[in-house]
Amino acid sequence: MATALIDGPDALTGGKDAAAAPEAVVVRFAGDSGDGMQLTGGQFTLSTALAGNDLATFPDFPAEIRAPQGTLFGVSAFQINFGSTEIDTAGDQPDVLIAMNPAALKTNVGALKAGGLIIADSGEFNKRNLEKAKYEVNPLEDGSLHKWQLLAFDISALTLQAVKPFGLGNKEALRCKNMWTLGLALWMFDRDRQPLIDWLNGKFAKNQVLADANIAALNAGHAYGETAELSGPLRQVHVGAVASEPGLYRTVTGAETISYGLVAGAQLAELPLFFGGYPITPASSILHNLVKLKEFGVTTFQAEDEIAAIASAIGAAYAGHLGVTSSSGPGIALKTEAMGLAVMTELPLVIVNSQRGGPSTGLPTKTEQSDLYQAVYGRNGDTPIPVIAARSPSDAFDCAIEAVRIATRYMTPVILLTDGYIANAAEPWKVPDPASYAPFPVTFLEEPNGPDGTLLPFARNENGARPWIKAGTPGLMHRIGGIEKNPLTGDIDYSPASHQTMTDLRKAKVDGIAKSIPPQEVTLGEPGGKLVLVGWGSTFGPIHQAVRRARKRGLDVSHVHVRHVWPLPENLGDLLRGYDKVLVPEMNTGQFKTVLRDQYLIDARTLNKTSGQPFTIAEIEAAIDETIGA
Amino acid sequence: MNDLTPIKTTLKDWETDQEVRWCPGCGDYAILKAVQRTLPDLGADPSKTVFVSGIGCSSRFPYYVESYGFHTIHGRAPAFATGIKLANPELDVWVITGDGDGMSIGGNHTMHIIRRNVNTQILLFNNEIYGLTKGQYSPTSREGTHSPTSPLGSVDHPASPCAFALGAGGRFIARSYDVSKDLPSVLKAAHAHQGAAFVEIFQNCIVYNKDRFDDFTAKPVADASQVWARHGEPLLFAKGTKGIALDHATLSLKVVDVVDGDWQGAGVLVHDVTNRTIAHLLVEMPFGPFPMALGVIYDDPRPTFESALLGQDAKARAGKSADLAKLLAKGQTWTVAG
Repeated sequence: MATALIDGPDALTGGKDAAAAPEAVVVRFAGDSGDGMQLTGGQFTLSTALAGNDLATFPDFPAEIRAPQGTLFGVSAFQINFGSTEIDTAGDQPDVLIAMNPAALKTNVGALKAGGLIIADSGEFNKRNLEKAKYEVNPLEDGSLHKWQLLAFDISALTLQAVKPFGLGNKEALRCKNMWTLGLALWMFDRDRQPLIDWLNGKFAKNQVLADANIAALNAGHAYGETAELSGPLRQVHVGAVASEPGLYRTVTGAETISYGLVAGAQLAELPLFFGGYPITPASSILHNLVKLKEFGVTTFQAEDEIAAIASAIGAAYAGHLGVTSSSGPGIALKTEAMGLAVMTELPLVIVNSQRGGPSTGLPTKTEQSDLYQAVYGRNGDTPIPVIAARSPSDAFDCAIEAVRIATRYMTPVILLTDGYIANAAEPWKVPDPASYAPFPVTFLEEPNGPDGTLLPFARNENGARPWIKAGTPGLMHRIGGIEKNPLTGDIDYSPASHQTMTDLRKAKVDGIAKSIPPQEVTLGEPGGKLVLVGWGSTFGPIHQAVRRARKRGLDVSHVHVRHVWPLPENLGDLLRGYDKVLVPEMNTGQFKTVLRDQYLIDARTLNKTSGQPFTIAEIEAAIDETIGA
Repeated sequence: MNDLTPIKTTLKDWETDQEVRWCPGCGDYAILKAVQRTLPDLGADPSKTVFVSGIGCSSRFPYYVESYGFHTIHGRAPAFATGIKLANPELDVWVITGDGDGMSIGGNHTMHIIRRNVNTQILLFNNEIYGLTKGQYSPTSREGTHSPTSPLGSVDHPASPCAFALGAGGRFIARSYDVSKDLPSVLKAAHAHQGAAFVEIFQNCIVYNKDRFDDFTAKPVADASQVWARHGEPLLFAKGTKGIALDHATLSLKVVDVVDGDWQGAGVLVHDVTNRTIAHLLVEMPFGPFPMALGVIYDDPRPTFESALLGQDAKARAGKSADLAKLLAKGQTWTVAG
């Protein structure tokens, strides 16, 4: 259960039913991009995880690095949904909004649940900031927030007072505001401050005064909560630990799990890993992570552009490394020609696309799933490439391993789709045991494979894959390239028969991958019925929760979530034909819906959202109701 | 180049069974032969040699050399070569490109492989025309070039590959031409250089830009119109009757007459391949008032990209183990009891 406090917002604000502990709470921190909201959110996430709650987060920040202070477009927000039950989404509507300035209030208060709690820094609601946020009257004073519980106090002044003994300048002192706020939030949800204090001591190890000032602010915020409890609408809430599978846990983002998964995949394949990348939001964090993992046989190369990034990875693959490149939509577009070369030369390669809103530069920091056509269809020629889509940060680990397995087993580039939401969002992760994954070691060709000691670089095995011949192998000199080739020798051959054969072989090889992937399972519900919601990628959370709620209400609806977007699992067509209606919620205008219609001639319907924000559970639940009646 | 055990091969060992598909009389044949003749002299091992090319007439080259070869995509050969070199620095990598491939669509990558100093030999075949697409003017075509896309004569100012390479931070710059008997010696010097070695090779496209370089390559004019840069030797031409000297007043080059072999008296410059200023002057020296500067114009190595990067990686790895289980369980964790 993701969004609703079972007792309503009263549980938070000391209303009539205040005694009951909520199952889940959604908190949104919003402030200026310079206010450190992402950092505050990240640390709150960690303390939430340490308290044993399940959680999901949604960092939502502007594309500008330092947008002008106080402006509406400069607002940075971090939402976290945590609870004592399974959490799959960052929550539809916040129960608590912490607004650090008028702009943050204005852009975020609309999302707040009716009766929810606003905590605002009244110190920032001055004439100048109100004007920047386009408020004519101070909303803290004109009664316009009557729908919600309002708690406004001068966090700025309280912070300055708390850090006064440390002699910081005014600007530096005010930077401690986020720690004051975090301290208050920690009190509200009954959290241990010690891990934060340890973290601050580590972070400011070289400047003890700053460490002490931040800790003082944190403690002051916490103490303020204890005092305010006596008089205000604020009360302490304890969200119980979730009953999780036993084991070791930590929080991770998708960027981390993809990096770890690639490293794990390379180990399972017994290959060194070469990563060629070029900075782009929101994909850069994968490169940031991998540069720190050299001891795992990782070589990273920051190329001069997206094309050089993939080209270097293909070059490394020719020399026997696991080649990996990563980008986001615009960068993937640039890599397209080289992807065709990897298909043509049949070299293994993993291409990670952290999707963002498009077209063109689009919404660099917002999430979308609109690169599915690009992944499945978007190349010149008949150029099949397998496509895998991760549903969550945890799932991305397994998906990365699966991408490496397919790439090396079938000698093909593989596209791994993730998105800005998965890349940045954090969730608890049951740390997997690497020993539990079956290795898939790569064998390079070391001896001639043709009759009379000849070399046939494009002879195929039972999987339709050609041998991988590492450049530098004694005696196995051969030439590869993007021109059509003889089906065995690989020599240039653009005769009609050769192109027909090679086109067929390339297609059959990728189609054949369906045999090595598990049959599609019903994620939630029955293998047949009135309605199925088919999802892929990061829409998993809201679809799953919406279907769960609808089923609780007795509706005949199931959820099928597809990891292998191309080729599709062999049983998927039959499975979907078992339902009267098929609805495909996607953060695009209906791309996977089109693929399903094309492959199975079924009447798949679409549910779209392209606002740069993930679906809410309510939106999907409403669509279910509309489709099969409430 | 690399310090590998020399291998005994002959020219024949470097020929593939592929039918060469350049136009009869194309300058590429002569360059191919010069390379195939040079490789045995270098003691090169076909198993450790990789030719990487982009797209264009010149880029078919790898199919005809019995080594590893990768015919990639237009303009991007340097990026593929960089990946190959980082994955296995033991490989001896030759990049084959042309004026369209390396100076136009791939100018960016040419710049970066040179700037980074990836240990490769980069041979840019310059025929001042797009051959494979049937004769359009190229980034090195001279102003006024008539072509299907410039019927009134091209108006772009041409790029100078050697000046570009030097400007990109190149540490080895050389120039030669397809049928020059000195091409193998230039190739050997390029191979001996540790780092990105850039060689511009004027190449006669007999179909679309025939005899474009005759004004300095034709036998009758060659002596008077070529000056060969040789380390430690004076920059003389026209059978030693003329030389290149520095005009100290304007800090530019001038042609001086040399009487009775007294080049010192005439102030002729002695070439120093490590002198970057002379290199700049020579690659910018306009043909016409001056002869064409050929040979090894600049050769002053510095550490290669792959030695720096892989050396740094090795240092970062030192004393660390590839313990995946430990990595996954990093950071603040908590345990849920069973």
